[in-house]
Amino acid sequence: MLKNLCQKMFGRSLWVYHANSGGCNGCDIEVLNVLTPYYDVERFGIKLVGSPRHADVMLCQGPAMRSTAKALRRAYDAMPAPKLVFAIGSCACGGGIWYDTYSVLGPVEKVVPVNFYIPGCPPRPEAIIYGVAVAVGLVDKKTAPVKFKQIELPIPRYHPADLTGRDELVVYEKVEKV
Amino acid sequence: MSVLSKLKEAVVCLKAGRVTLPYPVQAQPVPEKFRGRPLFDAAKCTGCGGCANNCPAREILLFDLCQEIRILQYLGRRCAYCGRCADVCPEKAITMSREFETGTNSIGDIQQRVELFMSTCQRCGRCFKEPSALEQLKLKGYRLDDVAHERWVFRSKPYLETEPVVDDIKIEWD
Repeated sequence: MLKNLCQKMFGRSLWVYHANSGGCNGCDIEVLNVLTPYYDVERFGIKLVGSPRHADVMLCQGPAMRSTAKALRRAYDAMPAPKLVFAIGSCACGGGIWYDTYSVLGPVEKVVPVNFYIPGCPPRPEAIIYGVAVAVGLVDKKTAPVKFKQIELPIPRYHPADLTGRDELVVYEKVEKV
Repeated sequence: MSVLSKLKEAVVCLKAGRVTLPYPVQAQPVPEKFRGRPLFDAAKCTGCGGCANNCPAREILLFDLCQEIRILQYLGRRCAYCGRCADVCPEKAITMSREFETGTNSIGDIQQRVELFMSTCQRCGRCFKEPSALEQLKLKGYRLDDVAHERWVFRSKPYLETEPVVDDIKIEWD
């Protein structure tokens, strides 16, 4: 739904606005690195604009801070309607290393709704291009949640009250697999 | 003058040649010491919790569902890929992989959850390493002793014993 809307409305040409709400500038430099001739993203139609009123996409770097949360929200509200928000870097995705200090509210999604996440501290320029390509629908995402489960637990979950002791053995009455 | 400077610029641009990297078509190899997201090997993990203690972002959580099951959960939202968990792991169960293409549309995609079986020591009550496949056959708790009723015979007891009842596992004294 969102993908179709993206492809239809944006015409595969994203104008990005670059909002730093209190990051360390590492992610800023990587984002600007994407726009240099080395990773020339203007060949894909991605362009950096200076005002949120011209932008389709907001690239958020840095956590939501107490001092800048209001300004970030205002910048988000100023963007025209089909809009996407990218959280770039581990600060914007989860709050960063200083997630529990007094001035940090947490991840960016506490203030603005986030559509795409690009973790990394900072993410490589290739990772940022990849994240934008996932959003436009050029590539499929590679990550999926990894879960390792025991196939069969050898000992069922028990409560000590349910154990009935015989002379040699202690037998569990309710055989219940976890 | 301006024409001259433009010509100069053109010469500089021509001298530099083509510098754009062919990233989306052909990926460049990452540097030798690049650290991507950590990968957890459930077969090697003993559930000691060293990674959870040392994570500066507190993104590795460790909790017990019951006495035998321990959950190791890596959320990875604010992970800075510092590699301290991989350094501190005694079993080398955590490897810093070299994958960086982790852009997703839901933050739950980068989490990893490992469910560990923790046996209980009959003498001290603390957890120890899971026995190997061969040792599991020798353990009473793993065997279906009560064949008639098809019940798992249980060796974990709610109390501790001073004397070792079974000598299934030979304790090596240092």
